[in-house]
Amino acid sequence: MELTDLTIKQAHKGLKSREFSSVDLTKAYLEKIKKSDKEINAYLSVYEKEALLHAESADQKICSGDFGELTGIPCAIKDAIMVEGQRCTAASKILEDYIAPYDATVIKKLKEKGAVILGKTNTDEFTMGSSTENSAFGPTKNPHDKTRVAGGSSGGSAAAVAGKMASFALGSDTGGSIRQPASLCGVVGLCPTYGAVSRYGLIAHASSLDQIGPFSKNIEDAEIVFKAISGKDSMDATSANYLYEKMESSKKPLTIGIPKEYFAEGIDPEVEKIIKGAIKKAEGLGFEIKEISLPLTEYALACYYIIDPSEISANLSRFDGIRYGLSLQNGDLSDVYFKSRGKGLGIEVKRRIMIGTYCLSSGYYDAYYKKAQEVRNLIRQDFAKAFEKADLLFCPVSPFPAFKIGEKINNPMSMYLADIYTVPLKLAGLPGLSLPAGEIKDSLTSSESIGLPVGLQIIGNHFQENKILNVALQMEKVL
Amino acid sequence: MISKEEVKHIAKLSRLELTEQEIEKMQKDISAVLDYFELLKKIPKQAGIANVSGKKSIGIEETRKDEVISSYNIRDELIGKYPAKKDDYIKVKTIL
Repeated sequence: MELTDLTIKQAHKGLKSREFSSVDLTKAYLEKIKKSDKEINAYLSVYEKEALLHAESADQKICSGDFGELTGIPCAIKDAIMVEGQRCTAASKILEDYIAPYDATVIKKLKEKGAVILGKTNTDEFTMGSSTENSAFGPTKNPHDKTRVAGGSSGGSAAAVAGKMASFALGSDTGGSIRQPASLCGVVGLCPTYGAVSRYGLIAHASSLDQIGPFSKNIEDAEIVFKAISGKDSMDATSANYLYEKMESSKKPLTIGIPKEYFAEGIDPEVEKIIKGAIKKAEGLGFEIKEISLPLTEYALACYYIIDPSEISANLSRFDGIRYGLSLQNGDLSDVYFKSRGKGLGIEVKRRIMIGTYCLSSGYYDAYYKKAQEVRNLIRQDFAKAFEKADLLFCPVSPFPAFKIGEKINNPMSMYLADIYTVPLKLAGLPGLSLPAGEIKDSLTSSESIGLPVGLQIIGNHFQENKILNVALQMEKVL
Repeated sequence: MISKEEVKHIAKLSRLELTEQEIEKMQKDISAVLDYFELLKKIPKQAGIANVSGKKSIGIEETRKDEVISSYNIRDELIGKYPAKKDDYIKVKTIL
């Protein structure tokens, strides 16, 4: 077993018993990045020097005996989350040379715990997309099949963990950006409840939806990282007074709801087979399985793609060529706006700004934005009713496994449909997790190639990450 | 299908310079997305139109209350990011 194969828990044990040092561990990951990342493109920047310095000070902490589970553990951070003094691009040309002036709260927390930051990972530009193909710095490839996408938007973080180039990673999820790449890359990804983790220092995409969460090799690690980054933060007024508490297994068997709308037309039969197989196994573990209905599911994607661009059009107005980043100074003041934004922003970002501007504009506001807000509330009620009948919901993360690079990029509507199972819960602010459930053997590629991963989505009620993780841990053992 | 003129108008409201090629692509793509939004018209009226202010819904409001942020001084770091400045002021082109 190589050092880069170790989970956080295993690495912590090795560090504690002085089998190896954090410097050894960090060097092993840096080597792996050098070897694999030219092809995968998971990282946009690698902080070799700083990482080794942090590893050295972690080793000193370990020697002193004052250390925790994350001390000396090397991780990767999505390049939409700010690390003080380092470049933070959000994979956009407009922020290509932007140096972060402060640490995001999650970074502050990780640093306090002594985690080692290896570098920043690729994403769709401003985290808008489902494949990382919208990155201004080239797509991330799926470590399972390099002709396919890693998913998105946090594809770099997912691929870094799947490709053993980080022990764990942080990503952000607005409409599926943690769970979908986790599913496509075969790693664990948790999108927490809205408000469970501070958004301070995350470059804003859609503020009523954005949430930071972990990617990890297994459930135990996801729990360690979530526990470390969650909780109230005075710098984010939407962060909740929340303290993670592990859930002990209950005597009464939990009820798992299966929303029938998530198995309707459009799902790849192989994905359906794997998810149904996982549900059978849950039954074998003693969970009560109950079919339920979320009747508004079919409207969720349309609702999301009104609310998301509307918030984007407001949030991205700050990139004006005046206060940050790229500034093209030809012509008059209005030229500075038009040219800096025109040159600095990519096509998908422009598209969403324009859709949002349209939906919010006078004469269209009621038909689009107001309507979407009403539907959002109905969707919340839909989930509230579902959680009266079930403790957790099981469904697929993505209707299909990793698709080919280039397959959907020229047709935005077909790309948006990749989010069909991941957006509904976001509109209700609920937490969801992607757990690797199986692989589809791809007969079209070479016979010895490994399969394409498929993730099981586990959805919980607000702030019930502990219930999700408890059940996921039991499921992980049988999948 | 929205017209080219409409695309140009939205781009103007959005302060985005688009190339001729981008305008054509936006016309096609935005139209397809707006067509998809038509789906929302299918929602039965009796579904009881939810209260948009969000009262009585579930728990989320507890995460929303006004708070006084204590001083956190990164003023100089933020000013340091201005692409053009004079002393501590953002420098912009003449407006009139």
